[in-house]
Amino acid sequence: MPSFNIFDIAGSGMSAQTVRLNTTASNLANADSVSTTAGAAYKARHPVFKAVQSALAPHGVNQAGASTAVKVLGITQSQDKVPARYEPGNPMANAEGYIYASNVNVVEEMADMISASRSYQNNVEVMNTSKDLMMATLKLGQ
Amino acid sequence: MALPLDSYLGIHPQALKLSARRSEVLAANLANADTPNYKAQDVDFKSALAANGTSTLTMAASGAASSTLPMTATQAGHIPLNQPGDALTAQLKYRTPNASSLDGNTVDAQMEQSNFAQNAVRYQASLTFINAKFRTLMTAITGQ
Repeated sequence: MPSFNIFDIAGSGMSAQTVRLNTTASNLANADSVSTTAGAAYKARHPVFKAVQSALAPHGVNQAGASTAVKVLGITQSQDKVPARYEPGNPMANAEGYIYASNVNVVEEMADMISASRSYQNNVEVMNTSKDLMMATLKLGQ
Repeated sequence: MALPLDSYLGIHPQALKLSARRSEVLAANLANADTPNYKAQDVDFKSALAANGTSTLTMAASGAASSTLPMTATQAGHIPLNQPGDALTAQLKYRTPNASSLDGNTVDAQMEQSNFAQNAVRYQASLTFINAKFRTLMTAITGQ
């Protein structure tokens, strides 16, 4: 395979999925975090992916569309309602005795984690296959 | 006398090149499997190879002149389209999704994976053919 584009594409996919795994880890770790106010409570974080067309190749060969990498546009915070619990004994409780837990949905996060891990594996497979084919091309005619 | 290596190798170098490009497209699909509004693409291999093959054949037969007039880029900012030997971009088509998802993404990871595997095998087949051609040539040269 003469083009190294494929490594960039699969690499961008892997890095995007890593960001997704990172947010999942952060969400799961903070699933039981509590705070005094609703605003300060931990909100579930999720990355936003965007497809980016790579720049035109220098020799006039138009590769737009053929090489579309992934970019993480940013991290959004979940707008779900933050659950309030009545726990007057908690040191974090406010004047009315309420604490605000995070709005992380643990089941959703686990499913998201599996999805991210499968996507990551897909990209690794693509890279491995491309590498094998490249090595075979290098050995051409021997 | 120059050895007509291109015609000796036949369609296989073009098929190899096209397979390489197709693997790029499929890799992009797999990388964007979770990107909202991303539309999966693929190459119409048969027509792309036909376009690629004929363009190089006519090029070889009549020098630079081709039977069809190509689009020309007159400004530096023009995006080159349909380069000779790069028929892929013109043959790039969007997939018809089997089951559309709510986020507008049309990538079916399993289908892309199987296509990628199939494409890898085709690439290796082309490589094997070219290798065999070279080996035949080497046998002829060494005369053993």
